[in-house]
Amino acid sequence: METVVKVNQLTKKFGSFIATNAISFEVKKGEIFGFLGANGAGKTTAMRMLSGLLTPSSGQASVAGFDVSTQAELVKQNIGYMSQKFSLYEDLTIQENIDFYGGVYGLSRQEKKDRSNDIVSKFQLETVIHKLVRTIPLGWKQKLAFALALIHKPKVVFLDEPTGGVDPITRRQFWDLIYEAAHDGVTIFITTHYMDEAEYCDRVSIMVDGLIKALGTPSELKTSFQVDSMDAVFQLLARGTANKI
Amino acid sequence: MKNTAIHIESLSKRYKEVQALDQVSIQVEEGELFGLIGPDGAGKTTLIKILVTLFSADKGNARILGMDTNDSKASIRKIIGYMPGRFSLYPDLSVEENLSFFARAFDTTIAENYSLIQSIYDQLKPFKDRKSGALSGGMKQKLALCCALIHRPKVLILDEPTTGVDAVSRKEFWQMLHEIKSQGITILVSTPYMDEANLCDRIAFLQGGKILSIDTPSNITGQFPWQLFAIKSQKKYELTEWLRAWEKVSYCYAFGEYLHVAFSDYDIQMKELKEYLLAGSISDAEIITIPPTIEDTFIYLMENGNSR
Repeated sequence: METVVKVNQLTKKFGSFIATNAISFEVKKGEIFGFLGANGAGKTTAMRMLSGLLTPSSGQASVAGFDVSTQAELVKQNIGYMSQKFSLYEDLTIQENIDFYGGVYGLSRQEKKDRSNDIVSKFQLETVIHKLVRTIPLGWKQKLAFALALIHKPKVVFLDEPTGGVDPITRRQFWDLIYEAAHDGVTIFITTHYMDEAEYCDRVSIMVDGLIKALGTPSELKTSFQVDSMDAVFQLLARGTANKI
Repeated sequence: MKNTAIHIESLSKRYKEVQALDQVSIQVEEGELFGLIGPDGAGKTTLIKILVTLFSADKGNARILGMDTNDSKASIRKIIGYMPGRFSLYPDLSVEENLSFFARAFDTTIAENYSLIQSIYDQLKPFKDRKSGALSGGMKQKLALCCALIHRPKVLILDEPTTGVDAVSRKEFWQMLHEIKSQGITILVSTPYMDEANLCDRIAFLQGGKILSIDTPSNITGQFPWQLFAIKSQKKYELTEWLRAWEKVSYCYAFGEYLHVAFSDYDIQMKELKEYLLAGSISDAEIITIPPTIEDTFIYLMENGNSR
């Protein structure tokens, strides 16, 4: 199976502070990889390096076949990214947001039209396509943001707390979309504070004080820590020292 | 007989096309830790902003310790502590400067009510000269809580203090809330995390501006009407599809590695369930019966439109 994310001794220092400390792991095509850790553990720094936004201090990483240090622009063009704030343009309509993101990712006119039709029919947006994004319900915004993160058919999509604040039914529907995308071969790299969602991942890593302290399938981790939930694994591991400050 | 600390009666508020609050009524007793539970857009922040006198309602009324939120704004502001959802402190002031600013704004000193915040502030003390904007998320949150408490309010109102906070820090924050409650302060706290409902004395489920239910956490879960099964299988996808195809299934949602399943038909027994799964070639299923969680009940109430 193809390796889509390959991380080797990746390190980021800010002055004397080591935010990400020589982390190494690989993620395969179509895998759902949960990237967990307490606030301040170094997740965001690592994600920013992997998405080509921050240059590593040392170590290497390749994402979707490109080196994050020397080919950052190519990394950015070949990944999808969805933040908890969804990065939609609230004052544009759904159609305008689709056109805008299609344009940013350099899709041809025909590709834009095709993807737009796909998104509209998949999420049944026919009746609201010309509504301003700020007027549509949160659950729809979330689905639209996910669709736009995938509009250029990236090999890997980074989801940074995509389910924060949505209702429990919408949260589960969103996971149906994640499974579907993974089934289609998209690699999913996801952070969450919902520990039940950690159980939905194929594999999970837990970062503590810049290090990856645990990595495995949810059942492997539960077995090795002799507990019955990912929440319990997290509670055992996640409280480091650096994030106290 | 306890007195009412927060009295909310038929509050409604509309923003253009959105009905943010629709006839919401809640009574919070003195000394209670009361949770407003609901997703983004449920109306939690609107309700809180009315209570802390920042917004006015279109209809209905609200009173805090007997004082009306429209007529007694200044008096209410003196006796409540308010921690907004967004970081509310001065990022260019140090930890200690922020705290003394809030103390002075409320005409008190840090020393006067220090005992109330001591256990929280002790953790911040090593960084008292650091600018608050340079603190970690968890520390900012602790400082904001200290600033909201510095005038020893009678009622503490917190808008989503744990949103975006990791699972370990969330537990710590709730321990702090329980300590504050033990000092006799009434607390109203909102959260989108269903699991936090169990840490409240009573909760209100809010969805689409309406109250779905108000009760103690254990009475709320008692509203889930069916026997609940938790089922686990290696073939998770097939298990879900197969169960959703069964017309007797009234409820089927993923909860971590388990699938929570219920039947509107009370007579479904373990035996029949096992046979059905075998018929769908799911032979490894582990099935247990469990009490419904808060989240099961919220989903049930959302789907069955049980709003008052």
